[in-house]
Amino acid sequence: MGILEQATELVTREMGDDVLDVTTFRGETTISLKPMAISMAVKLLRDDPDLNFNFLAMLTAVDYFPQEPRFLVAYQLYSLSNNVYLGLQVPVSGKGPELPTIESVYPNANWHEREVWDMFGISFVGHTDPRRILMPHDWEGHPLRKDYPLGYEEVQFSFNFDEIDKRKPYAKE
Amino acid sequence: MTAFPAEDQIPEELRPLLSERALTGETIVLNMGPQHPSTHGVLRLILELDGERIINCIPDIGFLHTGIEKNMEAKTYEKALVMTDRTDYLNNLGNNLTYCLAIEKLVELDVPPRAQAIRVIMVELQRIASHLVWLGTHALDLAAQSVFLYCFREREVILDLFELCSGARMMTSYIRPGGVWRDLPEEFEPALKAFSKDLPRRLDQYEAILTKNPLWLDRTVGISPIDAETALAQGLTGPLLRAAGVPFDLRRTQPYSGYDQYDFDIPTADSGDVYDRYIVRMQEMRQSLRIIDQAMEDLPGGLFRSDNRKFVPPPRSELGHSMEAVIHHFKLWTEGFRAPHGSVFVATESPRGVLGCYLVGDGGPYPYRVHFRTPSFAALQALPLLAKGCLIADLVAIISSLDPVLGDTDR
Amino acid sequence: MGLEGKSASAGAITLPLEKAVNWARTGAMWPMLFGLACCAIEMMSAQAADYDMSRFGMELMRGSPRQSDLMIVAGRVSRKMAPVLRRLYDQMPEPKWVVSMGDCASCSGVFNNYALVQGVDEVVPVDVYVAGCPPRPEALIHGILRLHEKVRQEPLTDWI
Repeated sequence: MGILEQATELVTREMGDDVLDVTTFRGETTISLKPMAISMAVKLLRDDPDLNFNFLAMLTAVDYFPQEPRFLVAYQLYSLSNNVYLGLQVPVSGKGPELPTIESVYPNANWHEREVWDMFGISFVGHTDPRRILMPHDWEGHPLRKDYPLGYEEVQFSFNFDEIDKRKPYAKE
Repeated sequence: MTAFPAEDQIPEELRPLLSERALTGETIVLNMGPQHPSTHGVLRLILELDGERIINCIPDIGFLHTGIEKNMEAKTYEKALVMTDRTDYLNNLGNNLTYCLAIEKLVELDVPPRAQAIRVIMVELQRIASHLVWLGTHALDLAAQSVFLYCFREREVILDLFELCSGARMMTSYIRPGGVWRDLPEEFEPALKAFSKDLPRRLDQYEAILTKNPLWLDRTVGISPIDAETALAQGLTGPLLRAAGVPFDLRRTQPYSGYDQYDFDIPTADSGDVYDRYIVRMQEMRQSLRIIDQAMEDLPGGLFRSDNRKFVPPPRSELGHSMEAVIHHFKLWTEGFRAPHGSVFVATESPRGVLGCYLVGDGGPYPYRVHFRTPSFAALQALPLLAKGCLIADLVAIISSLDPVLGDTDR
Repeated sequence: MGLEGKSASAGAITLPLEKAVNWARTGAMWPMLFGLACCAIEMMSAQAADYDMSRFGMELMRGSPRQSDLMIVAGRVSRKMAPVLRRLYDQMPEPKWVVSMGDCASCSGVFNNYALVQGVDEVVPVDVYVAGCPPRPEALIHGILRLHEKVRQEPLTDWI
């Protein structure tokens, strides 16, 4: 049987109830899991000698405000020896979003999880260094959430040039 | 006697990351600030030094964070393409390609073979241009200043080729969903042939200056070696992983845009140190030239962009006599095309490593979420591991061998 | 022979102090290395052999703000970088000039969002704006030459 079928069978067998769904879209297989199960699942996938998913290709989140569950944390694992991608998805609720960290399994998840915390406010339990990474350390808010404004500034055309000129903070000295 | 630096000068959030020797003043905490000639962009490093040896190195990124991902959610798919040029600004066409491949996968749009071959030529030219900037700045950091001028001279020829096709030197936005923006002009082929005849000789000259130079060898051999397993665990890909011995190249394992038709080698080395990365990248430039020659020779005829008018605007000449063309043009210009619900992940091989694009569509004309998995992000994450125990001068060599582009890292 | 001719043959020329000082300032204006993003690559191209900036006096780019007189803000300035920019500007000794290179530095270009300072003139006073995304090296050199012209017009009273 193919590697992806083997992987989904392993995860559904070991994790049982924690697996919510297995979907295929445009040739990509994605397994949906409950939040607390993610670190066990990736450990299984990495340590299995046939599957050998040894590379974390992506870790990010999507905000589906105002639906519940609000966030969807997406992972993509890649197996170099078998040359397949496997996606994992974890729906996380909007009130107090948190997930276990997978840093012990894939060390390079460290910065990816910091970025998800910075941009979305999803905290990772057990992370060694939960600081903001892209925004200044004293920034308030989580920019990539859907209820965070884009920060759009009014464009200065010739008809409103003077009024914007008065309001805009120019450096004098 | 007060400790130097004083304990209250070290910011609160950094204290858990530094060792206790820093708080007593036994080791110096030095800030290699965002503005520095050798940090390849706005990278801030907080170094903890014992004399000149680095005990710990904490990268602080985010000084070039542009909010591109959020800004792309506010524009239509084709308008947001303009922003992809600017994430990794040394790999503009590669970023365009990754994003376009993601869109094409999501909406199931076919790309004609001529467009695929043109895309391959452009992306490989971009790879050579990026490696030339890497070589120039790497040599400049290690004080071989003339190589910088030579590399930029070659790069000017490539930028002239880009300008011939698309009108812009760097931010071309030439690769668009469905194909490329317009066909290659007639002057392109002779210019490209002249360039590809000239470049191997020039690369030989650069290798003659550097490869067996004892000064170069002294400064690069044995600095920050890394083995394949650690590199993979840290998420390093591209030349960094190939220099550690793993022949992993997405153009070979997961070919896209017709790469499986071309014959090219994947250069690897053993120890993964700074010198090996240099060797791997020099050979990659030659392999890119091989791919370009093959693609140019077998360039198929036909369309340069898909003719599926639901996604690709019609040429302006048709607007004069075809009502459907006018309607398609109007729809695409006012609203843009719609993508179905669903998410895709597409990864390509950028000059720095694996560049992935995760695209989530929601049935509307704007992308719901775009995320770029960028190779420089992983490379800088591995920097503390690579830099432990080396001198500051070696740190400069290590950073430039990682080839980070801060636009790529911070997006 | 007039008075100028006689003094020239003696090896002396007369001109207003203003012109002499301004000419000297434009002759060797050293830029500070402040390349941030994509425009920095075009600035490096302008410094390299094809579009040499050394012929206009900018032989080298100084890393240290204390040793430079021109700050070419090349690239987008994020909110995290803005205090750093201001601090570096303050560290430069007088006389100093600022060239805002590129669209992102002049008006934040393509990016109208939370993360960027909308035009670097919110942070430092700018003398010349060079448009383009990124501006061609020739455009940058044109901007530098316009700055030189501007400096040549600077009156004596501005120095004090």
